[in-house]
Amino acid sequence: MSYASHLRCKECGRCYPLNPVHVCEFCFGPLEIDYDYQALGRHISRQRIERGPLTVWRYSDFLPCDRQQVVDIGAGFTPLLRAQNLGEALGLRQLYIKNDCANPTWSFKDRVVTVAATKALEFGFDTMACASTGNLANAVAAHAAKAGLRALVFIPADLEQGKIVGSAIYGPTLVAVKGSYDDANRLCSELVEKYSWAFVNINIRPYYAEGSKTLAYEVLEQLGWRAPDHCIVPMASGSLLTKVWRGIKEMAWLGLVDWAHTRMSGAQAKGCSPIVEAWERQSFNIRPVRPNTIAKSLAIGNPADGYYALKVLADSGGVAVAVSDDEVVEGIMLLAETEGIFTETAGGVVIAGLRRLAAEGRIRPDELVVAFITGSGLKTQEAVLDRLAPRLEIEPHLASFEEAIAEHGETVAAGRQSSRGEGHG
Amino acid sequence: MERLWLPVGRVVEERVMAKQRVKFTFPTELIKEPVIWKLCKQFDLVTNIRRADVTEDRGWVILELEGEMEEIERGVQWVMDQGVRVDPVAGDIVEG
Repeated sequence: MSYASHLRCKECGRCYPLNPVHVCEFCFGPLEIDYDYQALGRHISRQRIERGPLTVWRYSDFLPCDRQQVVDIGAGFTPLLRAQNLGEALGLRQLYIKNDCANPTWSFKDRVVTVAATKALEFGFDTMACASTGNLANAVAAHAAKAGLRALVFIPADLEQGKIVGSAIYGPTLVAVKGSYDDANRLCSELVEKYSWAFVNINIRPYYAEGSKTLAYEVLEQLGWRAPDHCIVPMASGSLLTKVWRGIKEMAWLGLVDWAHTRMSGAQAKGCSPIVEAWERQSFNIRPVRPNTIAKSLAIGNPADGYYALKVLADSGGVAVAVSDDEVVEGIMLLAETEGIFTETAGGVVIAGLRRLAAEGRIRPDELVVAFITGSGLKTQEAVLDRLAPRLEIEPHLASFEEAIAEHGETVAAGRQSSRGEGHG
Repeated sequence: MERLWLPVGRVVEERVMAKQRVKFTFPTELIKEPVIWKLCKQFDLVTNIRRADVTEDRGWVILELEGEMEEIERGVQWVMDQGVRVDPVAGDIVEG
């Protein structure tokens, strides 16, 4: 059974039954899931969680779903890696990377969509839908396939073929919308009113967003049941930042970790940084923008949760940082070259933001920092193509190789470089 | 700028009536202009403000518009032509 008790308006506090609705009828504020924390607190323990599956569903007590029909393709419980090399490069002694590239469709969207798909089945929908340029579309198409739901994925008509494959392979109905980004937004608003579909980030949004909390739960558990001192999270709608914070607070409320004083910081690309712009104005009012950045997965010009993200930044003592597209590429390459993790542009935003905050002293060297890497670089290869070192072209003989490698400025030792692993038989 | 709207159609005396939930974001130069009053005067629309935050240099208003569908479309277009940004109340829907 679920401990979710009702939906609550984040603005006026009015409560609603747990139905597929997302906006308060009175003030049009966004709705959020509320839980019976007293009952959950009597039931939950670290041992109970540790006995669960190695997916987001080990935290099912914190999710608004019954367990009978879970749509699970293995989202979650991704690696938390100690980033010694990157930490040394940035002057941070306790840096960790939460690597959500390791999800089934290679981004954190699998966390939110596994919850959305499960709720779609519970509510009796036969169709799951979304509008997306990449990660969300991939996750919706994959989970719909597993759930036996029809999938409708709306994409911009000019989206590159390479971005379509990651969704099309799962067999959804792909609908290419001609026109602008705003045209697609408008169309989807109309569709959700007319058709009885589970539109994951509209009528299912309160449930969908809860999946992001599992990132926080995992980090706390993987750190040995302790909260980090500082988290740095990419910001698009702002939802992820608020849910990571909420996840940390829930675990502290329930006594699963000591009371957390985690600082939450958020990063955006300068070409689409309405939350950072409001933060720098010291205002809680978001000015919508037209996105213009290579960080497409963060390109939300009118962020639904921007105000709430600003509140979390302020309440937790964090900061907001915006980085240029050049810095994004440098961030991608720095993470790859130091830690062996190839992230998409959103991860480049996080690493570039982290580098900036560390250099400016806004993250202290001794803080335990977790940087959230939310998607794989294989999805945005075009961002780094022209920055990669040229390959060495050689003839198929030894002299050619040695000549090329010498010109490249490297030396190779003759004979075996190492006898490691030999002679133990 | 394109129109963004949420129609909920119903028929009243053979006219297709609709409701649309929208967020108007005002630039500084329009803060002193009675844009919503003019909208009601120039178009056959009922406006119902649910939430707002307006200061001397910027502001937003979340409201519901009710009227004939075509009249809502014309009214929203007029608001945008004045320089007001019009968005769905739920923010952007197209995600990465």
